[in-house]
Amino acid sequence: MSVRRVMGTETEFGISVQGQPTANPMVASSQVVNAYALSVLRARRARWDFEEESPLRDARGFDVSREVADPSQLTDEDLGLANVILTNGARLYVDHAHPEYSTPECTNPRDVVRWDKAGELVMQDACRFAAAVPSAAPIVLYKNNTDNKGASYGAHENYLMRRSTPFGDIVRHLTPFFVSRQVVTGAGRVGRGQDGREDDFQVSQRADYFEVEVGLETTLKRPIINTRDEPHADPERYRRLHVIIGDANLSEISGYLKVGTTSLVLSMIEDGFITRELGVEQPVRSLRAVSHDPTLKHQLTLHDGRRLTAVQLQLEYLDLARKYVEDKYGADADEQTRDVLARWESVLTRLETDPLLCARELDWVAKLTLLNRYRDRDGLEWSDAKLHLVDLQYADIRPGRGLYNKLVAMGQVERLLTDEEIAAAVHQPPPDTRAYFRGRCLEKYAERIAAASWDSVIFDLPGRDSLQRVPTIDPLRGSRAHVGELLDRCETAEQLFEALTRP
Amino acid sequence: MAQEQKQPRRSSEDRTAETTEAESAERKDQLDEDIDAILDEIDEVLESNAEDFVKSFIQKGGQ
Ligand SMILES: Nc1ncnc2c1ncn2[C@@H]1O[C@H](COP(=O)(O)OP(=O)(O)OP(=O)(O)O)[C@@H](O)[C@H]1O
Ligand SMILES: [Mg+2]
Repeated sequence: MSVRRVMGTETEFGISVQGQPTANPMVASSQVVNAYALSVLRARRARWDFEEESPLRDARGFDVSREVADPSQLTDEDLGLANVILTNGARLYVDHAHPEYSTPECTNPRDVVRWDKAGELVMQDACRFAAAVPSAAPIVLYKNNTDNKGASYGAHENYLMRRSTPFGDIVRHLTPFFVSRQVVTGAGRVGRGQDGREDDFQVSQRADYFEVEVGLETTLKRPIINTRDEPHADPERYRRLHVIIGDANLSEISGYLKVGTTSLVLSMIEDGFITRELGVEQPVRSLRAVSHDPTLKHQLTLHDGRRLTAVQLQLEYLDLARKYVEDKYGADADEQTRDVLARWESVLTRLETDPLLCARELDWVAKLTLLNRYRDRDGLEWSDAKLHLVDLQYADIRPGRGLYNKLVAMGQVERLLTDEEIAAAVHQPPPDTRAYFRGRCLEKYAERIAAASWDSVIFDLPGRDSLQRVPTIDPLRGSRAHVGELLDRCETAEQLFEALTRP
Repeated sequence: MAQEQKQPRRSSEDRTAETTEAESAERKDQLDEDIDAILDEIDEVLESNAEDFVKSFIQKGGQ
């Protein structure tokens, strides 16, 4: 593979009810999600299907099982928190005390960013709809990862990988990559320590919240490598690597490089291409040390005794990736793979010279540049509330108030996508994964869909007592090429179901 | 002939490197100016009471 594979991101948004700092965040999160569901989703809203996927057979892409699923059963499993599926194939729900948007499955980094950014528009709309309820206090969402008072919430990435790749190889080769990639993917933070007790700037939002190297937890003792194993695909052949260490990115370039370079490194791991020893001593401490030095001079110690900065370590991965792509594809490498390599190199080279040269591309540098201007102009110390405010408001998702969005409006940020592309992705699914089938079904047959999830769409058809579950176990089946014409042709859900189950 | 060609090319490469450096410095100055100019605009959208705002931004932990 290349930068291409099945992938998706999840973002838990920070939430605040204006003028009501003690408002219950679970209630507020539900209001946001429910307001969106009520206003946008036609007819009945399909529930999230929590049922475990079982059939692994994949005849014609969909193995239609007719097992009885009682609707009340689903209600029991649905934990009572808002949880809906959108016509773009995404999931919108309440996770702990945050509204969360999970992108549909995509096949390339550019699409991941596109559907991730569409999630910001979904949340903007959701807030507007929630505010339209009489007497509702305005709710504002933040695409960040910490309140700087001890709490952190995640922005996860998910990568489909071959099951045959030993997990130990993933841990070994991905850990140094994750310790160092924050110089590209970090979103910047004012404050150090989990509760922000030290006043200073750091590269990453999340670094201080990681305490172990490998583990299953996601809410405490967070691990650099998370071992959650829920493939949402044939478990014999695949795993879904659940990456929890990333920062939520506003910058399209940061997000693109985050997903693109990680996918590329995973390909090298799957193909056994990384034979160089790049392991770092004390990964957890090193992760923080890198984040705590925005000059990027901190030297990591490798197991073999070499000392490299995080940028130099990234350059090692880049060098390997260039060789790998050259070896494997030569001149046939796809355009995005070449683009990711070129941008990665360009960014790393400038980070080595002077990190501030990346202010138009990388979140943490854009934020730091803005903060430095305020410090220069107003003579502010890092403890100043105004700098903390700039940090928080950078991630305010409102177009007129969020500082990242302000920078975009003022032409200070390099873009990857157009506003139109992002807006279209609010309603349209990616064309080349099962999200296409899910999204189109939701769009076209909403009143006949009882529930859906990554691995299924469940129909409630007239004249049938039981619900009809259409498993979608293969992430690449159910694409436009596969079912587009069928969906165009079938006017009703019954017709579609007939066509899918006809022997 | 080959020698002659090599010489000028090398020096033009040097010149390109210099120009690029100068250009990027210039670009950075330009960027700095722009950002100074926009600070005022950003001031207008910043939440009015920074201290209160920052203090009351309290989140529950998540994943
Ligand atoms: N087979 C797959 N391989 C890679 N990514 C996948 C696959 N199936 C789904 N995804 C992506 O994984 C993400 C799953 O999001 P979801 O929020 O349901 O994840 P989770 O981490 O399992 O759940 P939670 O956050 O509730 O613990 C989405 O971004 C989706 O696009
Ligand atoms: Mg999730």
